[in-house]
Amino acid sequence: MIEVKDVCYTYEAGTAMAVNAIDHITTTIPDGQFIGLIGHTGSGKSTFVQMLNGLIKCSSGQILYNGEDINAENYNRRQLRSHVGLVFQYPEHQLFETDILTDVMFGPKNLGLSEEECRSRAEQALYAVGFKERHFTQSPFDLSGGQKRRAAIAGVLAMKPEVLILDEPTAGLDPMGRDSILDLVSELNRTRNITIVLVSHSMEDVARYVDRIMVMNDGHFILDGPPTDIFVQVDKLEEVGLSAPEITYVLRKLKARGLDIDTNALTYEEAAEEILRHRSQLEALRTRE
Amino acid sequence: MIQIRNLIHDYLRRDEEGNVEGSHRAIDHVNLDVHPGEFIAILGHNGSGKSTLAKHINALLYPTEGTVVVDGMNTADEQNLWKIRQEAGMVFQNPDNQIIGQVVEEDVGFGPENMGVPTEEIWERVNESLRIVEIEHLRKKSPNRLSGGQKQRVSIAGVIAMHPKCIILDEPTAMLDPSGRKEVIRAARALNKVEDITIILITHYMEEAIYADRVFVMDEGRIAMQGTPREVFSDVDRMKELRLDVPQVTLLADELRRKGLDLPAGILTADELADALGLKEETDVRKQA
Amino acid sequence: MKEITLGQYYQTDSVLHRLDPRVKLIGTFCYIISLFIVNSWPGYVAAGIFLAVMILLSHVPFSYIVRGMKAIAFILTVTVLFNLFMTPGEPLVSFWKLTVTREGLSFAVKMAVRLVFLIIGSSLMTLTTTPTQLTNAMEDLMKPLKKLHVPVHEIAMMMSIALRFIPILMEETDKIQKAQMARGADFESKSIIQRVKSMVPILVPLFISAFRRANDLAMAMEARCYHGGEGRTRMKPLIYQRRDRIAYGVLAAFFCLCLSLRLLKF
Repeated sequence: MIEVKDVCYTYEAGTAMAVNAIDHITTTIPDGQFIGLIGHTGSGKSTFVQMLNGLIKCSSGQILYNGEDINAENYNRRQLRSHVGLVFQYPEHQLFETDILTDVMFGPKNLGLSEEECRSRAEQALYAVGFKERHFTQSPFDLSGGQKRRAAIAGVLAMKPEVLILDEPTAGLDPMGRDSILDLVSELNRTRNITIVLVSHSMEDVARYVDRIMVMNDGHFILDGPPTDIFVQVDKLEEVGLSAPEITYVLRKLKARGLDIDTNALTYEEAAEEILRHRSQLEALRTRE
Repeated sequence: MIQIRNLIHDYLRRDEEGNVEGSHRAIDHVNLDVHPGEFIAILGHNGSGKSTLAKHINALLYPTEGTVVVDGMNTADEQNLWKIRQEAGMVFQNPDNQIIGQVVEEDVGFGPENMGVPTEEIWERVNESLRIVEIEHLRKKSPNRLSGGQKQRVSIAGVIAMHPKCIILDEPTAMLDPSGRKEVIRAARALNKVEDITIILITHYMEEAIYADRVFVMDEGRIAMQGTPREVFSDVDRMKELRLDVPQVTLLADELRRKGLDLPAGILTADELADALGLKEETDVRKQA
Repeated sequence: MKEITLGQYYQTDSVLHRLDPRVKLIGTFCYIISLFIVNSWPGYVAAGIFLAVMILLSHVPFSYIVRGMKAIAFILTVTVLFNLFMTPGEPLVSFWKLTVTREGLSFAVKMAVRLVFLIIGSSLMTLTTTPTQLTNAMEDLMKPLKKLHVPVHEIAMMMSIALRFIPILMEETDKIQKAQMARGADFESKSIIQRVKSMVPILVPLFISAFRRANDLAMAMEARCYHGGEGRTRMKPLIYQRRDRIAYGVLAAFFCLCLSLRLLKF
């Protein structure tokens, strides 16, 4: 569990250009949750997630991981980074070894594990993201964009994190690549009970998968709750340059034009069910014509 | 404007000594005509050959077989090279890797400088281009300080300053956030509508293809589907087979049709769905209320 | 890295900003030479006044310039201390094994003044001139070398592209370093071998990225009809104005003053 207590982060502190990138945030990330962290570019979301694994030290406030202050003098932050894994944007840009197995072993090796342990962790991680044994000796630079990204995610997974943070893992991928990454992340959450924080600026991406959405703007959370609660507040989302999923707008349009439906559906399948519940009303409309 | 006949492009794989080891067919017998003033969208997942196709139009790649004719000029004819590149401008995916100047206006002037346009006219062209994409206020800024959407508009302005008849945008939005994406698409549409420039938009976001006059879907180097957006998107099954997205509202209508509602194919907007469902006009609903 | 403001272009409007970059380039060159010509206090005072006037004309806040100096404060201190203790001569004070001599003191102070003037003087040029103007000026000033088949245009273009990509690559280095730290990499290790080894996971991705960018950029430049310097026109050609001629005059006067101070042994 991660507890964030009244945390601030200031860029260029002490100068005229000081900017509060993170502005008094207090929140809790319980174990096993799948969180979507949404905000537009520059809202502070990337800064926030880097604070969670100690890459950026907060200017004030406290961050506790399983009850311990991660910014305490003698706290082992390198160890922390294996528990709280962070996958950066375009993670494939960090691949550097000659084959993907060795590259994925980089993380475990840094933890000081034995060669066999590193190898077995790396193999498990690669299987988990969908690679077969014959791929292991391939150069990371010969893979396709989506494959590279999965190899990079395996590099963090091999450290066996309890919390996995992904900063816009679908950026630049086509729909096929995007779906396969999101399915993978969702599976890690369900089958391994890894806590997931998925950073994104797309509601569409997260609506289907997450338990909880946190909306960030100007360095603090303006909305926090289950997806259905968030998407009701379309006006508030639009105010900060975000939008609800497309399906929400479709349902609101139908409602505005007189169909008395609930606009909470998150997927088109749910929306279809909701509309079909009003079949009698629709048929009445047609016969009247 | 553009005639592509039986285009084939093979990428050659070479071993370390430079001998040809094998080849990969990226474009396979493509025929495509683009008429002056049209807005064309080319959809397809990564590796479908759409970027390779685009680079042929700008004479950055040459056909292995077949011909590409731009405004009456064959791209294989070296004499036409600079004329073709001036007439068919190109905007690439990564905004950072195509801006040469260190100040916005200087970058916009780069193309005309290369073409040997007299100084005074360069300024006229730069002013005009900045105005068209609405970034006059950024003219003195360093490109490093701009958002992704702004950077791509600088790239577009840089192409406009060359006075092209046609602009090819090769996944210009793949690395942008939603608001940046909207910015770029708005600019592209305005160019088409107001300046009457032929636009070829290559993308994997289907919501950007909706505005096109015609859509081509590529798969494994061939044109798998073509037609108006409505014609293409209404074939939901085929689109899913090609691992592409379809607008949520089209999916919803498709789902409703499967569940027995009598709806026409090819619904692209919420209003169209409401009409098809027989709902009243929004104004009528308000009057009643 | 963000703290280094030394010589980064400061956007404002001033006479110095509007001056032809060739004047500023030659001017800075002359100023540096004059600092080594003068070797007496009146000379330093003259150089100081000249610099003060330039700073006033530049409209760049003095505090901004001073802040930039912090980056080189260490080198400056070492140089001064070195001169202070290592110059033989008449002892003034001595403690432990170190002796300060009269000559040492005078030499150290002169050296400090010279260095500070030199750095402020040259950073004043880059503060008031965009890198593009600077490369254009260099291209123009080096034009005679073209006859000797020196690729002047290409050198200038390379410099200008390098300047554009340095901030991007610095940011990228920072990102890669953090990403490898997230995979447990340790960059604070003490031994040098360990440190060099730990650079590999940063350098390999960085080079790959740089090559990819170079490739993309080359294609983008070709797509915009770039084909070398031949037949190219300029959006901002360098043309001398009246103020530039006046500036050359002022410069010549200052240079003569420094020269005469030296020759007349003031």
